[in-house]
Amino acid sequence: MLETVLFYFFAGAAIISALMLVMRKNPVTCAVSLIITFISFAGLYILLNAHFIAAIQILVYAGAIMVLFLFVIMLLDLKREEDFLSRLKAQKFFGIALAVILLAEVFAAISSINGMFLTRGIYSAENIAEAGGNTKVIGRLLFTDYLLPFEVTSILLIVAIIGAVFLGKKEN
Amino acid sequence: MNRALLIQILKNPWTINVIEIFVVFGMIMFTVAYLSLLERKISARIQYRIGPNRVGPFGLLQPFADGIKFIFKEDIIPNHVNKVFYVLAPAIAIVPALLTFAVVPFGSPTTFFGILDEPVRLQIADLNVGILYIFAIASLGVYGIVLGGWASNNKYSLLGGLRSSAQMISYEISMGLAVMGVLMMAGSLSLADIVKDQERCWYIFPQFLGFLIFVVAAFAETNRLPFDLPEADSELVAGYHTEYSSMKFAMFFMAEYSNMITASAVIVTLYLGGWQGLPVGGWMGLPIVDKLWFMPLAWFCTKVAFLLFVFIWVRWTLPRCRYDQLMKLGWKIFLPLSLLNILITGVLIMMDVY
Repeated sequence: MLETVLFYFFAGAAIISALMLVMRKNPVTCAVSLIITFISFAGLYILLNAHFIAAIQILVYAGAIMVLFLFVIMLLDLKREEDFLSRLKAQKFFGIALAVILLAEVFAAISSINGMFLTRGIYSAENIAEAGGNTKVIGRLLFTDYLLPFEVTSILLIVAIIGAVFLGKKEN
Repeated sequence: MNRALLIQILKNPWTINVIEIFVVFGMIMFTVAYLSLLERKISARIQYRIGPNRVGPFGLLQPFADGIKFIFKEDIIPNHVNKVFYVLAPAIAIVPALLTFAVVPFGSPTTFFGILDEPVRLQIADLNVGILYIFAIASLGVYGIVLGGWASNNKYSLLGGLRSSAQMISYEISMGLAVMGVLMMAGSLSLADIVKDQERCWYIFPQFLGFLIFVVAAFAETNRLPFDLPEADSELVAGYHTEYSSMKFAMFFMAEYSNMITASAVIVTLYLGGWQGLPVGGWMGLPIVDKLWFMPLAWFCTKVAFLLFVFIWVRWTLPRCRYDQLMKLGWKIFLPLSLLNILITGVLIMMDVY
């Protein structure tokens, strides 16, 4: 009962704030809406018993990345975004069209699954609790079954960091 | 309502939890009020003054006088501000500061002299991702300052907000990495487990480097001197809260003090043994933990009070550091040191020293 109420609360908040994100003109309002979206997602993750992902979601996305977003928005003092938007009228048109196509695709994909992926795997809430909480389970999985993707991702991130440092370096 | 039913309701875990929440909230608010008096008293002593001593005996009623003054002052919302964010910012600042305390264990599990059938933990919520929860919520605290600074539409406020966000990002990383050592030793993210494991020995001894990094980073995260650059009165008027008056200013003030209390409580929990007694051996196997439940609680509060004193002491002793020094310290010194700390801890764990 409580979980259902909370689900609708977080889902509603996520949708409303996501709409605010694309419809508001003020870039700071948009950024704050995105933060609310991320926090609502974290709420949904907690309802799925994924506490670790929820904490990381807030810590990394809402807490770190969005601070940088706001930092840049404020530093550049984007006030003339309306001129910028008015120059991109075609974008609005294509944007709506693409969003409709994406939505149709997602619906098609979900309805074609036929419950194939909807059966629960071995990682039920009870099994995870037995194995020592989902932080432990995720850690073990990352260093055993998913070691290669994990390492590849970290190399990608390092490449990105080196690239950023190189681009940001002064030219002398 | 008959007595038996009332007792049953009171013994319900939900009721106990709600009572705990109210008690903790009340205690934090009370401490915030008296911390402001303490800060003024201690700063006065350090500067060879007497400090507030007019309201009540020894000035003890000063916080109430301050509170009344804050409420009755004219609440000005300047015309040039972004109203929504201007009003929201103080609330955004104070909520995370209070939320963080939810996972801090402030006493050993107890039945309150056998009144309850089962021992109840003196901690609002024992999350299995406790530390991550603290970092996650603490990282949201910066938005109050950033949005307040931006919404004020004042260049000094904006500079304060910008500084705050850069500072927060820089120090959160070394803070998180410094805690890794504690996690590796305890083998758990839950704060209750971490405190329990410190019965062997407070983590300040094996994790001294991590402790130093964490404490300095905590000063930076709470925007206290020597890292109070978002406020920096001598360069930025009053930084992010320049345009704030009355109760909204008071809320920023309360947020700063609640952050200090939470930071002290977290430092005590992670490095100073939480409610554990002696630095080595906890309560030495004495029946204090289950019988005299208020002793661990009082000991925890004493440690927090000492750290709060250190916070104030440092503020009135050290000068403010320059912005580039702050950034250099965070990225070039603390980041490598915290990685070194992880390496050392890992090696020692492999060698079975810990």
